[in-house]
Amino acid sequence: MSGKTLYDKLWESHVVHTEADGSTLLYIDRQLLHEVTSPQAFAGLRAAGRKPWRITANIATADHNVPTLDRAAGISDPVARLQVETLDRNCAEFGIEEFAMNDRRQGIVHVMAPEQGLTLPGMTVVCGDSHTATHGALGTLAFGIGTTEVEHVLATQCLWARKSRSMRVWVDGVLAPGVTAKDLVLAIIGRIGTAGGTGYAIEFAGPAVRALSLEGRMTLCNMAIEAGARSGMVAVDERTIDYVRGRPYAPVGALWDAAVAAWQGLHSDADAVFDAEVRMDAGAIAPQVTWGTSPEMVTDVQGRVPDPARAADATQRKGWEEALAYMGLKPATPIQEIRIDKVFIGSCTNARIEDLRAAAAVVRGQHKAASVREVLVVPGSGPVKAQAEAEGLDRIFLEAGFEWRDPGCSMCLAMNADRLEPGERCAATSNRNFEGRQGAGGRTHLVSPAMAAAAAIAGHFVDVRHWPAS
Amino acid sequence: MQSFTVVEAVVAPLDRPNVDTDAIIPKQFLKTVERQGLGVHLFAAWRYLEKDGVQVPNPDFVLNQPRFAEAQILLARENFGCGSSREHAPWALADYGFRAIIAPSFADIFYNNCLKNGILPLRLASAVVDHLFHEVRAAPGYRLRIDLPAQEVQTMGDSRYPFEIEASHKHKLVHGLDDIKLTLALGDAIAAYEARRGREAPWLFSAPRSGATRV
Repeated sequence: MSGKTLYDKLWESHVVHTEADGSTLLYIDRQLLHEVTSPQAFAGLRAAGRKPWRITANIATADHNVPTLDRAAGISDPVARLQVETLDRNCAEFGIEEFAMNDRRQGIVHVMAPEQGLTLPGMTVVCGDSHTATHGALGTLAFGIGTTEVEHVLATQCLWARKSRSMRVWVDGVLAPGVTAKDLVLAIIGRIGTAGGTGYAIEFAGPAVRALSLEGRMTLCNMAIEAGARSGMVAVDERTIDYVRGRPYAPVGALWDAAVAAWQGLHSDADAVFDAEVRMDAGAIAPQVTWGTSPEMVTDVQGRVPDPARAADATQRKGWEEALAYMGLKPATPIQEIRIDKVFIGSCTNARIEDLRAAAAVVRGQHKAASVREVLVVPGSGPVKAQAEAEGLDRIFLEAGFEWRDPGCSMCLAMNADRLEPGERCAATSNRNFEGRQGAGGRTHLVSPAMAAAAAIAGHFVDVRHWPAS
Repeated sequence: MQSFTVVEAVVAPLDRPNVDTDAIIPKQFLKTVERQGLGVHLFAAWRYLEKDGVQVPNPDFVLNQPRFAEAQILLARENFGCGSSREHAPWALADYGFRAIIAPSFADIFYNNCLKNGILPLRLASAVVDHLFHEVRAAPGYRLRIDLPAQEVQTMGDSRYPFEIEASHKHKLVHGLDDIKLTLALGDAIAAYEARRGREAPWLFSAPRSGATRV
């Protein structure tokens, strides 16, 4: 009999009950709540006269709708304000701990929870947000759910689920200097496609994954959903344990020792068999830039926008033509000739301290191109912001003509005031280049923080491995 | 939840792969604290044009064509519903009047969210979906009959296409059952799990330290 995958171990340790058809009641250790996908869940709970099953398993923060400027003035959009205030009221009524908008621990839910030690290895973690896959970087089973399921977890601390198939993405070799976890995950999506992981839980493994920091692993797992997989995960190692140690909500003393002993087993057995295997060579990966309206529409920075005349079939040709028309790009344009109007450095994918350091390292002593209208730098959380300021990164950005904002989801999905105008082109460190994602008619190119920062300086995409050229 | 047994209705074809939930319901409509009223915003960016500062229906968009006005079945391409977990997407589809979506494949979270809202996400082979796209285009007023208990899609020409669905999903849809009540009937099993897990992994059940040290 073959050994167990990490996913098998996480799944099996959370099974409460299994039906004859395989439908499984799975126990949820941690639910993260935010203002957009929770109001109807609380309303449902209230309408049925139910109480949360286990209040302390939940933690809330406001992130999607919050302004990134002048917070002391509150939220000017009355509809957004009502949603954020509704979260405050619901948390107060049901006794759920919340890091509200002006709490210094507030931040993007997927940055905040690992940072506070609220995400621990071996947990099941859910949130009404597809990027919950992020938490898999700590050796958890983490996935996004809808609002009806948010209510179900509040009421029962469980979810009905079916076991996914397992996929391992094994990455050999070493990423070149200037090539990051973001480039790696974009290259993986380019290889397997946006539906390549549908129905699978993906484990990222291999020497290049082991070599990533926890922050890099979070970037990698964050975009598992962009490959169609609800969950991405990485086995626990010493780096994981070092990351968690000492965080505010992490266990201490004897509980810590017991936890660490248990976490040592959170990896796939050597003889585990996966339903699908993908192998990548990290050394062959160049900085990636998306050119279309789906994350799989990606190429490397030395490449060109594709020519629909060369598409494999009619469906692909139609898809490429529609994407190029929306993006305002001509076939076969070199990526480095694409000029940009705005830059967004932030999001649950790339707004951790390491991301900001990488961007600042490129920017130091330079100024944004005159043709670039706006560069937003939006830290992922209050503690990230404070750390960046302690390191002087905010000065580097401000001196370069960038804006230094307060934490939140911001222009990743443009629910607040931060957005693209129709036709504007943006280099973004976020996760989705869908039509209208960053503002109606806006055009998004997904890149790493260093690539975004360099594009802000140059006014067009450049290869950070050879930049500046002098 | 509205139950789903047999639905016979006009079919609207949406011929694009990878339709994402941002397209189904753009983010400016996610600020609501209600479940109802989103149908008017369904596919907003494709469905409306801005003319002199006001929104007018885009005559080229499929749902604005009179022959599809009564549609309750959406025919779609692969990976429908990819992207965000927003349940606003199935809420908008249901509020508009769609009862079923037929596609070769769906994104996982969207698929689940449909089931929680009385919408049947129905998978048919690509070749069959292709064939149905041809039929819909060729015949104004084209209808399909979906029989969930029999797990069969029937054309008016009496072609029949069986489909697969998990037994538990089918049971809940056919009877319009909400999960929470069913799950709470297993409350003893949940409590027993917590007691056992609390012994094995006590750090998961220790209350968060109140006033935990701020980073």
